[in-house]
Amino acid sequence: MTTTTEARPAVSDDRPGLIHAKPVRHPGRWVAIAVIAVLTLMFLNMVIFNPAFNWPLVFQAMNQSPVIEGFWKGTILVTILSMIFGVAVGVVLAVMRLSDNPVLKGVSWVYTWFFRAIPRYVLLTIMGALGVLFTTGLAIGVPFDWKIIQWLGLSGDWRIATFDANAIFVGLIGGVIGLAASEAAYMAEIARAGILSVDRGQMEAAQALGMSRGKAMRRIVLPQAMRVIVPPTGNETIAMLKDTSLLLAIPVTTELFFQLQAIGARTFQVFPILVAATLYYLIASSILMVGQAYLEKRFGRGFGTQVSEDKEKAAKGLAAGSAK
Amino acid sequence: MTAISTEADHLVRAVNVTKSFGTNEVLKGIDLAVDAKEVVCLLGPSGSGKTTFLRLINQMELLTGGRIWVGGELIGIEDRNGKLYVRKDKDIARQRSRIGMVFQRFNLFPHMTALENVMEAPVKVKRQSKADVRKEALELLDMVGLADRARYYPSQLSGGQQQRVAIARALAMKPELMLFDEPTSALDPELVGEVLGVMRDLAQEGTTMIVVTHEMGFAREVADRVVFMDQGVVVEEGPPNEVLLSPKEERTKSFLRRVKQQAEAEAAHDEELAHILEEVAD
Repeated sequence: MTTTTEARPAVSDDRPGLIHAKPVRHPGRWVAIAVIAVLTLMFLNMVIFNPAFNWPLVFQAMNQSPVIEGFWKGTILVTILSMIFGVAVGVVLAVMRLSDNPVLKGVSWVYTWFFRAIPRYVLLTIMGALGVLFTTGLAIGVPFDWKIIQWLGLSGDWRIATFDANAIFVGLIGGVIGLAASEAAYMAEIARAGILSVDRGQMEAAQALGMSRGKAMRRIVLPQAMRVIVPPTGNETIAMLKDTSLLLAIPVTTELFFQLQAIGARTFQVFPILVAATLYYLIASSILMVGQAYLEKRFGRGFGTQVSEDKEKAAKGLAAGSAK
Repeated sequence: MTAISTEADHLVRAVNVTKSFGTNEVLKGIDLAVDAKEVVCLLGPSGSGKTTFLRLINQMELLTGGRIWVGGELIGIEDRNGKLYVRKDKDIARQRSRIGMVFQRFNLFPHMTALENVMEAPVKVKRQSKADVRKEALELLDMVGLADRARYYPSQLSGGQQQRVAIARALAMKPELMLFDEPTSALDPELVGEVLGVMRDLAQEGTTMIVVTHEMGFAREVADRVVFMDQGVVVEEGPPNEVLLSPKEERTKSFLRRVKQQAEAEAAHDEELAHILEEVAD
């Protein structure tokens, strides 16, 4: 043998060496492979030769500019914005829930209770109808100014700016507000679990170094909580991507599924349109999965078996060196 | 209320400190003064209130009664014209930044490398320039013998190494006072020595230290004074040789007897092991 070291005892007939045994047979695996192969062939046959798929129309529909615009604005942009606001508000709600202030605790609880109870489709429909409540528009200024002015016997108003309520609650902005409000309720629970997963000693150590509670939360606790928060947030993002198809309830028309269905209605070709929508959602969630994997790696620093930057660099340098 | 004057030469002064958790009174009136450059070891059975007292000094808990001064400043409360006010969070943070604390469970920040752990507070709390802090942090890591581990994450370090990084992290704020809360209790026996070694060096450099410990050898060798606590009161205090070798109080005696018995049992075990090894060697 070539790999023997000087200390290794010799191999002889009554002292067997390397094992050359036949592996266990798994006939069941081969049956499963055969069954799956047949099913796959049947599926491919259907996808390729079934005329209902009408592939040329699928790609043609996917390439229409209203569909592309609906994808980028109604699906991707709304997903990103809703998640950004949803996560931000959710983390604030979680911190409120964990604070010592009973009022903040209560507000956070009520918010979560309310927005978790309402289906997103219903919530978005309500968003579209909210304009009814603010017929004179939404204004920024002194609260109850009309009442105060009436008491003081003055006239006019104390308002800096007034916005048309319909412009805010209808359209993509309304969609983002509605979806973000709903998302924040779920994110609050996820963020709370994340914050609670961080050892109490971390907050104590940070405060012992002279950090304020807020700074310790931002610099020490939340980055560690992210390790627990990121994986479920990835799921939430993918769920959000799919829920953008509910924007139609507001109604928002710059949205992928609505635009595709419009084509389907015009051409009387429903199925290819559904295939087009499926492909779009598959592509988008695949991209999100890559992003999630990156974030998990980023916030997993210092945990588990990951090597430090220096070692990685050293390994890269070595690889580069050997390539020369 | 008569004003209690603080003597300038005491860095830490505690007068009649009490602490209750609900109805459970953990500290029943502790008096203690620690001078600058002094090393004081707090000894006593578990549950005697040593750790609680240490945590009160750094305001991890708010004291129930009495007063603690650090550097002439009241801890946790403020005396304005004879009226007492609880200090604001910002003020408490400022007071804490002058006191270094080392924990039993290290509490290093796991998402940061050793170097980042040491740099965090000077950069983010004192707002010092990163380049200066990095230089000082590397010097501190070198001092605790971990210059070559600067880029490692805590999970890649042994317990002893983690605790030495934690000491460097506390020192980076240039504290006037260092508190050690059972710094070697969570370590494997063979790693205790390296941490105590660093602490011995600090004591020799004139760092003011209050150390809660079960390491009698360290207390005897390094402490200027040992304080024996039991059931929330100071039973006996004095130079280590007096308290540890010829204690006056019965409670101190019985505690030291128990520690001695334990040490003897361990020594007997070690001896037995050595004997077996010897026989094997023969």
